[in-house]
Amino acid sequence: MSYARRALAVAWKDLAVERRSKETLNALVFFSLLLLFVFQFTLGGDRERLAAVLPGVLWLGFVLSALLALGRTFLVEREHDCWEGLLLAPGDKSAIYLGKLAGNLALMLVVEALVLGLFAVFFDIDLGRALPGLVVVVLLGTLGLAAVGTLFAAMTANVRARELLFPVLLLPVQVPVLLATVKATEALLLGEPLAAVGHWVKLLVAADVVYLAVSLLTFDVVLEG
Amino acid sequence: MNLEPIVRVVDVRKVFGLVPVLDGVSLEIRAGEAVALLGANGAGKTTLLKILATLLRPTRGTATIAGHDVARAPEAVRALLGVVAHGAWVYDDLTARENLKFWATLGGLAAGADEVTAALAGVGLERAADARVRTFSAGMKRRLSLARVMLARPRVLLLDEPFAGLDQRAKKWLEGRLEALKAAGAALLMVTHSFGRELGVADRLAVLAGGRIALDTARGSLGPDDIQRLYAAHTEDGL
Repeated sequence: MSYARRALAVAWKDLAVERRSKETLNALVFFSLLLLFVFQFTLGGDRERLAAVLPGVLWLGFVLSALLALGRTFLVEREHDCWEGLLLAPGDKSAIYLGKLAGNLALMLVVEALVLGLFAVFFDIDLGRALPGLVVVVLLGTLGLAAVGTLFAAMTANVRARELLFPVLLLPVQVPVLLATVKATEALLLGEPLAAVGHWVKLLVAADVVYLAVSLLTFDVVLEG
Repeated sequence: MNLEPIVRVVDVRKVFGLVPVLDGVSLEIRAGEAVALLGANGAGKTTLLKILATLLRPTRGTATIAGHDVARAPEAVRALLGVVAHGAWVYDDLTARENLKFWATLGGLAAGADEVTAALAGVGLERAADARVRTFSAGMKRRLSLARVMLARPRVLLLDEPFAGLDQRAKKWLEGRLEALKAAGAALLMVTHSFGRELGVADRLAVLAGGRIALDTARGSLGPDDIQRLYAAHTEDGL
């Protein structure tokens, strides 16, 4: 019970700080809008070309905004000298990880929902039929991104050149998630049912389980590092 | 005062790279006792504090709190500790009340609204309880930091320059709070650069120089000038 309360307290604190400061949210929304404008401008209205690249474009937008959001996971602790406070909190540190992960997931999903809506408008796509399947793929893909991203954010929080190191560490590990999400999104946007991309969904679930398990088991060591 | 030391540091050495910062430090503090740790910049005061706070591991030697080794049983030590560090450990975009509730929950304390309110009243912040910390002065943040610690009722309190940046009124107030914590049985280790009235809280003075405790004496009736002379005699701080 105390474990869940501690995790919830961390998530609540992160979301409350973000709701009041809006530092990350404003930057992410602006950045995502900018990306969509650039993509729309460069890709034009050629439907055949669009169909081939849109899944990649969508996930490129998600990943780039995730890199910004996840890289700031422990910024609030560093800025307010609270890092040592987290370290000295008695009890299982994985509760802190889960709280941070929940905060990151909430923030990323809000931005992704907005980007997905704008994506449909900008590229004139009817998401109606694909939406339920897309929601599943986006949820699983975002969980995979956030699970490792939260761990690596803790790992790089106190090193120099963390802005460079963070994506260099994160992106190679995300290859299975990116592959599965882009392929599944491509099929869903072409009108195939979720069952037709079951193998990609299974890969996403497996990656999420592995990433979460490894992160939960190693977060204590990473934080104490 | 309990005669059994609650904090026991035995022959602790700490080396960073090839540079020894602490080289055989030994120190004991009893429950209800306050020790002021003096020393020049770079003498290793904060390093010793961090070892006791389980944030650093000693290269050699042992440090225990209530019998728990800080390196081998950090979780048991952390449950007994309160730390007032350089930074106040408060989030600017939360209110004072929210900050206390957050740290209490994270520390596994079942602090209710009444306890949080009482802790804020105890540090004179009851009227600012629902204001965002962003609007607080440095002194108010220091008070909030102390409220956070008081809420946990620690048996050992580690303070890194607790009087730094406080005006005279706030210093007097902090002295009172620290005396109250001592009276409640907490052991205090306080790093300070001051020889003035701030040392009034201390029962003993320890001077760290050359990586060791060069002087460990009862404060007794020593005045600021006496302390300054003793300090100069045991350090190379150029006084």
